Amino acid sequence: MTKSINLTLKVWRQPGSQSSGRLETYEARDISTDMSFLEMLDVINEQLTLEGAEPIAFDHDCREGICGTCGAVVNGRPHGPEKGTTLCQLHMRHFSDGDTIVIEPWRARAFAVIKDLAVDSSALDRLIQAGGYISASTGGAPDGNAILVPQETAELAMDAAACIGCGACVAACPNASAMLFVGAKVSHLALLPQGKPEAARRVAQMVREMDRLGFGNCTNERECEAECPKEINITNIARLNREFLKARFFSSEK
Amino acid sequence: MNWIVQTFASSVGKKTMMAVTGLGFCLFLAAHLAGNLSLYVGRQTFNAYAEHLHSLEPLVKVMEAGLLFFAAVHVITGLVLFYQNFTARPSRYAVTRSAGGRSVGSRTMPYTGILLLGFVVYHLLNFHFVDKTGTTIYDIVAAAFTDPVTVGLYVCAMIVAAFHVSHGFWSAFQTLGANHPKYMPLIQGAGLVFSLLVGLGFGLLPVYLLAVS
Ligand code: HEM
Ligand code: SF4
Ligand code: FES
Repeated sequence: MTKSINLTLKVWRQPGSQSSGRLETYEARDISTDMSFLEMLDVINEQLTLEGAEPIAFDHDCREGICGTCGAVVNGRPHGPEKGTTLCQLHMRHFSDGDTIVIEPWRARAFAVIKDLAVDSSALDRLIQAGGYISASTGGAPDGNAILVPQETAELAMDAAACIGCGACVAACPNASAMLFVGAKVSHLALLPQGKPEAARRVAQMVREMDRLGFGNCTNERECEAECPKEINITNIARLNREFLKARFFSSEK
Repeated sequence: MNWIVQTFASSVGKKTMMAVTGLGFCLFLAAHLAGNLSLYVGRQTFNAYAEHLHSLEPLVKVMEAGLLFFAAVHVITGLVLFYQNFTARPSRYAVTRSAGGRSVGSRTMPYTGILLLGFVVYHLLNFHFVDKTGTTIYDIVAAAFTDPVTVGLYVCAMIVAAFHVSHGFWSAFQTLGANHPKYMPLIQGAGLVFSLLVGLGFGLLPVYLLAVS
């Protein structure tokens, strides 16, 4: 049933990437529990605009959990407290009247804050450019069926391909490591026949780029898989490690 | 850069070194524990075990050199990873909350590791770099554990070791890419059992020796 709740928000405000930021407190009055978290922020922003204040900058696009653009750390939890949910799909019914909610941007050396909650996560694009693709011509749609892929393998690859590149794994990792993201991309392509020919070069280059971009090292804390909105499994990180060792010691890839 | 250097200097390479050396230590702990259980039997058995071990002198020397090399790799790489992971997030969160992935063991790896390093140095000074003329190793050990403070220190160190291994064991398999839907639960269970064995097996020894002294 629809209810209205009142909340206290503590939101990270930072005018630009070079400036310092701080948490500012806002009162959110009469928030419908049918609203999404981002709609709640829209309401606050309308209020701020009417008051002549600067609205809170935050990233969003599809608002249906598929593009990977949105995301903020809510009370210490990337994308909020609900399992398998992006911030845009998080509903206010999961909060209670009188709650205080602390909202912070993704924090990692490899992700710079652009403004408030908006973060430059182009480091993930750079990782894709380093090898998260195939360059073989795979023909048209009918040619896709010419190479048989066992159902189980296809499922594993599709599970890995569900990654939307939101960066929550990096935000959740105590070491700000991007291993779940890279593990998902490496797994998705290494599992399929179209991705195999370039598997060794892909993993070698993606790991090199990941280190160069200043992400941390994985220590198997498992916070990433617990926070990932697409519930990407850490077996993908194990596969990344396997693929890396295989590429380094058993391929001619330098 | 040479491909071998590049491999081990990379994030996954450093993790691999941690996993291989860490599992090496687990093997050492298992052997060390098996040998030390003879302390429960008594003076003769333990001294006989120690003598037998030293009759394999060249092998023991090689193993010691290997352990020292592994320790250097494990400690230096561990400290580098600790530093790099700390600096990978220059501005910290105001609020942090676990989603349930971390364990007490995983959270404290660098700290339990540093404590273990301190303990290993102390332990070697106690029982390795001592004058053994005119006495036996059993007498040295038994004499040391008549002091309740020493016993307390050893018990605490073994609890620390148990936590380190409780995460380290399965983590090393995951790092080496050995995560299999059938075997991972077994590996995790074995890690917990092994950490309990290390904690109880080593930890109760000094208490037992204090009690019978
Ligand atoms: C009895 C001695 C020890 C045993 C059995 C042991 C075992 C292990 C194992 C199995 C791992 C997991 C490796 C992985 O996750 O891939 C590990 C990790 C670690 N060890 Fe030890 N270790 C010991 C002593 C030490 C010492 C003396 C230090 C001193 C600094 C240390 C520091 C660390 C650190 C920082 C990690 C985490 C590495 C990472 O970032 O993944 N350990 N240890
Ligand atoms: S692995 Fe999950 S948390 Fe990480 S970027 Fe992909 S979808 Fe987001
Ligand atoms: S806005 Fe697209 S996933 Fe949230």
